Amino acid sequence: MKKTHSEHTLSNGLKVLLKEIHTAPLVSSWVWYRVGSRDETSGRTGISHWVEHMQFKGTPQFPASSLDRDISRDGGIWNAFTFMDWTAYLETMPADKIDLGLRLEADRMSNSLFEEKEVASERTVVISEREGNENEPLFLLGEAVQQAAFRVHPYHHEIIGDLVDLKSMSRDDLYQHYRTYYLPNNAIIGVAGDFKTSQMLARIRELFEPIPAGTLPAHLARPEPAAKGEHWLTVEGPGETTFLDISYHAPAGNDPDFFVLTVLDSLLAGPSGLSIFGGGGLSNKTSRLYRALVEKELAVGVGGSTLTTVDPYLYSISITVHPDRKPDQVLSAFDAEVKRIQGEPVTAEEISRAIKQARALFAYQSENITSQASWLGHAEMFANYDWFLTYLDKLSKVTPADIQTAAQKYLRSQNRVVGTYIPNGAEVQA
Amino acid sequence: MSNRQQSFPGPDDITRITIPNGITILVRANFNSPSVVIGGHLACGSLFDTDEKSGLADFTASGLMRGTETRTFQQIFDALESVGAAMSFGAGAHNTGFSGRSLIEDLPLMLDLLADVLRHPVFPAEQIERLRAQFLTNLAQRAQDTAEMASITFDQIVFKGHPYARPEDGWPETIRAIQRDDLADFHQRCFGPRGMVIALVGAIEPKTAIDQVIEALGDWANVAQMSLPALPPHKPLKKVVTRRYKIPGKSQADLVIGASGPYRKDPEYIADTLGNSVLGQFGLGGRIGKVVREKSGLAYYASSSLNAGIGPGSWAVSAGVNPANVQKARDLICEEIARFVEKGVTPEELADSQSNFIGRLPLSLESNSGVASALLNIELYDLGLDYYRRYPAMVGAVTREQVLTAVRKYLDPERLAIAIAGP
Repeated sequence: MKKTHSEHTLSNGLKVLLKEIHTAPLVSSWVWYRVGSRDETSGRTGISHWVEHMQFKGTPQFPASSLDRDISRDGGIWNAFTFMDWTAYLETMPADKIDLGLRLEADRMSNSLFEEKEVASERTVVISEREGNENEPLFLLGEAVQQAAFRVHPYHHEIIGDLVDLKSMSRDDLYQHYRTYYLPNNAIIGVAGDFKTSQMLARIRELFEPIPAGTLPAHLARPEPAAKGEHWLTVEGPGETTFLDISYHAPAGNDPDFFVLTVLDSLLAGPSGLSIFGGGGLSNKTSRLYRALVEKELAVGVGGSTLTTVDPYLYSISITVHPDRKPDQVLSAFDAEVKRIQGEPVTAEEISRAIKQARALFAYQSENITSQASWLGHAEMFANYDWFLTYLDKLSKVTPADIQTAAQKYLRSQNRVVGTYIPNGAEVQA
Repeated sequence: MSNRQQSFPGPDDITRITIPNGITILVRANFNSPSVVIGGHLACGSLFDTDEKSGLADFTASGLMRGTETRTFQQIFDALESVGAAMSFGAGAHNTGFSGRSLIEDLPLMLDLLADVLRHPVFPAEQIERLRAQFLTNLAQRAQDTAEMASITFDQIVFKGHPYARPEDGWPETIRAIQRDDLADFHQRCFGPRGMVIALVGAIEPKTAIDQVIEALGDWANVAQMSLPALPPHKPLKKVVTRRYKIPGKSQADLVIGASGPYRKDPEYIADTLGNSVLGQFGLGGRIGKVVREKSGLAYYASSSLNAGIGPGSWAVSAGVNPANVQKARDLICEEIARFVEKGVTPEELADSQSNFIGRLPLSLESNSGVASALLNIELYDLGLDYYRRYPAMVGAVTREQVLTAVRKYLDPERLAIAIAGP
């Protein structure tokens, strides 16, 4: 990466990362808070995500009715995401209009209203979001696998939360969560695009520096004990299709092993894109698992997923079972591939192929200012921006021996949960 | 700051040429990233399909990359994936589309592969069976997807007796009925350079790009290439038609409510899109989002969409709701459509959406893939190379009366299709 960026910390602790990109008359601004579903206890699951929804419900200065109108009038996009470790808010706007996005974010860092009637109406919206998720077999399976993998660590529940908590949490619970975590000393703003750094920094100071810092609670410190054996589970539900979710405990995003796992995943299941939105746009038809499972007509699709989390999370492989096959046949073939990569070193050529793929994906995402801006803050959430800048270099240093060691260390059956979605074959009637 | 006008494609920075075998090439250079996007289409699609073998055009499109006279399936994808490139094909009613991207150094490889799979596919029997199992699994999943089934049911109501009523990916029984030879025959009859369009956007001089396309595809000929059958007339609904598609065991139901819509080339198209924005797009879903999501808390997603293409389009409101709230959501949406058709848009609403359409243009044309789809729109609908430069003025000129006339031409509360899929 030749393009430079700059880093600053305001007196109230807000960290600011700025990167000028003058290829299009656009600016993308992201505000990140270090709060997510990992900060939730039983009875409060889903609260971070619900708070994110409430952030669109207005402040005295920007009432709910005018918020989206003001942004949309200017041709901007805005959105927000809640993850296990963080919550992020973004605006991408024409360069001369970004001030509105900055003012809005400064305002809703502390002034959101959380009105009772808005909480009531959003309760059913969030429940509806959960019901939509529950329509998907892979959501149901993933939720069960995650729960089985984390008995102690708060990564055990889905970000959307459990229905019982969504029904019972109150306005005061939500507001308290908001006021506890939405503090400048718990936040980062990353802005990329068509601006002058000195001007942008001055404006951010003006808008955000008056917001007082606060006292932050410590994150829940409940590390997951090492798994003591393989977990098996099944989920039954409608449909005709069987799915497998094989999830291994995996290193955190800032662990050096994460880069090894990224290359390992690329060889096993195909390259993953460099986007927090997921998806990479590359096919995986020459990956080892595609050849062993799909080309052998044991499965009709396979994919791998790694996540850059603060604490160790999961490396998950998701398989859509061929309609004529049984899941145990698929699992045997899968295990044979795992054994192969544990037993025989991969070739240097395979690694350099994975590096070229990563280089291409890196170039594609750089076309997009929203994506470029996202990395300023996203990398800071689990490591620092240097993680992103040195990403390709770190991948390039992975050796065949590293891959073999990581496969032996992480891809052990004692370190995994095997989940199977069993369709109950309910008849579909027109 | 960059000069905003400069970022929109126009006659001075789009190179367009039609070569003797009928392929039109459009190129726009962008040296900001060392990559290139290819997009395009051929003049063959599911309009050639029969009811018994619906899905054939799409099956053929997916079969192209499964092997050629000189490359196996694994060789094709090894060439692509080894360099981090991607390419895929899919069929619509009028077109078979393709898209791909690679680092710029690999463009010759991409064009060589594109030409090979278009010109010399062999549809290996073993690969086609594998593909069939994948299609059937996708269709089994589709049958469980409330949003997809509501949308298919909607098309079946609105386009009853018309080819648009058929889903492009067919049905399990039609996919089972299609033989390997059907694909080869479809390819022989329907694929050819006449009417093909290819757009390239990326770090390359237009002349070099055109030379490379000519090198790969300039000598392609198919004297047997058929022209698409004419589109039969479409009859709008005469009354409200409601249909339910039952999917047991689901937590959420999906609704699609609307009617047929404009052709893309209709002069009132921009007025329609502005109307659609007010109805169910602007901000967090326009009026529909306000009523169904913000005020009633009935749905996580609720919006309207206007799809316009070569033939009659569709204009529909969609929402995903708890099964117990289907009736309530349906009533709210129908009331909102009735109010919209009766009173049209307010001056503020129109101004908001106009401002949004003009303001968001730089964002939609930011990436190579955004520009490539703009170039393909220009070509497919005869918009003129200066379309995106004229667009802000055209949007700004639309009046409330024009929106109301355009809306009333398609939406009528007494003639709506109502499709519901859920438990």
